[in-house]
Amino acid sequence: MSEHVTLPEGNVEKHTTTINLGPTHPATHGVFQNIIELDGETIVSAEQTVGYIHRAFEKIAEHRAPYQITPLTDRLNYCSAPLNNFGWHITCERLLGIKTPKRVDYLRVIIMELSRISDHLICNSIVGVDSGAFSGFLYLMQYRELIYEIYEEICGSRLTTNMGRIGGFERNFTNQAFEKLERFMKEWPPALKEFDEMFVRNRIFMDRTIGVGPISAERALNYGFTGPNLRAAGVDYDVRVHTPYSSYQDFDFTIPVGSTGDCYDRFLVRDQEMWQSMEIIKQAYQKVQEFKGAEAEVYHADVPDFYLPDKKDVYTKMEALIYHFKIIMGETALPVGEIYSSIEGANGELGFYLITDGGRAPYRLHFRRPCFIYYQAYSELTKGGLLSDAIITMSSLNLIAGELDA
Amino acid sequence: MALTNEIIRSRLMEKFGEQLTGWEEPYGMLTFTSDKDLNLKVLQFLYDDVELGFRFMTDLCAVHYPNEEGKELAVVYHLHNMRENVRIRYKIFTGIEKPDVYTASALFSAANWMERETYDFFGVNFVGHPNLKRILNVEEMEYFPLRKEYPLEDQKRTDKDDEMFGRD
Repeated sequence: MSEHVTLPEGNVEKHTTTINLGPTHPATHGVFQNIIELDGETIVSAEQTVGYIHRAFEKIAEHRAPYQITPLTDRLNYCSAPLNNFGWHITCERLLGIKTPKRVDYLRVIIMELSRISDHLICNSIVGVDSGAFSGFLYLMQYRELIYEIYEEICGSRLTTNMGRIGGFERNFTNQAFEKLERFMKEWPPALKEFDEMFVRNRIFMDRTIGVGPISAERALNYGFTGPNLRAAGVDYDVRVHTPYSSYQDFDFTIPVGSTGDCYDRFLVRDQEMWQSMEIIKQAYQKVQEFKGAEAEVYHADVPDFYLPDKKDVYTKMEALIYHFKIIMGETALPVGEIYSSIEGANGELGFYLITDGGRAPYRLHFRRPCFIYYQAYSELTKGGLLSDAIITMSSLNLIAGELDA
Repeated sequence: MALTNEIIRSRLMEKFGEQLTGWEEPYGMLTFTSDKDLNLKVLQFLYDDVELGFRFMTDLCAVHYPNEEGKELAVVYHLHNMRENVRIRYKIFTGIEKPDVYTASALFSAANWMERETYDFFGVNFVGHPNLKRILNVEEMEYFPLRKEYPLEDQKRTDKDDEMFGRD
């Protein structure tokens, strides 16, 4: 049995091994399949198969009123759903020419930075898990819970939030919401500091991540990288700074950049971004507290065509009833237009390309999903590395299957 | 000097003249179109020109206009000059009978999957693409689902066995 089989004349023996990683492998954190060609332990090529959870959001969106598209965006990057929600609302507001009040902008900034933290903390702690340190992940999960409790207080749901409306929020933030925010602001930084101490200068972690899955700035740009992955390669591109939305120009923060674009740099960039997000939240919370009197009660812009009226008005006033009916039935026509609008999502530039033809629903809506675009570099990133490096590269790219497959 | 839409436009007009048409600026983004066979020349010029330097492909997608005879499909490129922070939109139109468009994947690696996605949903045939096959849909699929002639599934249809899905 142990004798080597001689192949028939004219056949060439295959010297590489093909392995099938995924689609439901515990180390891939989502539905990802890779057909990896291995020479010994070294990766020769990796071919990705995507689309396992494709749900045709772009098609569905062509039949829906704008407020019904918000829940679709939840399911793109479900680790930071409010970012997607607000990205969509900001797109609609730009199309409609709505100017949101400063307080709405600042409240949005608080929520957006919270979701950036919740997204990055998962990504970074998963990188830890894949390099063999499970406890950091479990430890940080407790603090994501604190963020989710804030979401719950604001919109009633946790993961797929469907938060806010065109023009602002559905209700004002309650005192409990601010109390929970304060609790998070107090308890999170020490925990993140501990997490940093556990990983950043940890010899084992550094050996496992430095030089693993690197990409040069030039290649990263050519591959359409955005977000932390691009910044880790040394390009300081951030939509929050380049094309400020939601009054980001009012805040003082820095954009951390890496140099080598490897797993370690991506880890550090995300880590520093979490600290920067904390700074932004602090400033935004302070700005929110400075509103006094009637200004402190503002939580939406005045857009009767798209912003649902108060329920008590619906029951008592004819005009409010009509608006309510029109909005719920999705009968309000959108103006003819064509717009590309983007925000800094948790893993890159999340863009919405919206074409309207005067109907109630978009004529065409295309989501620019950052991880769909940068996942194609995976083969190049892992080539020549080890299989265990491929796993850690995948988690440090922060691939979210929902966003990838739309 | 900041790169304004006027400068981009005059620079492009200098090079391509009347071959570029349909100049618009919806919501401030310079938009133009050209003959579809010109797409690589225009993209390459935008990439190479020192002054323009549109070296980042933000997005590539298609739009279906069933009533525009002879140019039913539009392929839309969103390009970004990150240094000057200027974006432009470049469109080309192609007939649906023979939707052949040259691939930009040699210029932008990012275009590889975006073109596959566009092929998958609209059937745009990117000539010269290294691996043009379906990406999000199943490979056996025989149609291009985002074209306008395919409606969403009728929620009231009865010809399906819905026993396992709780719809009756």
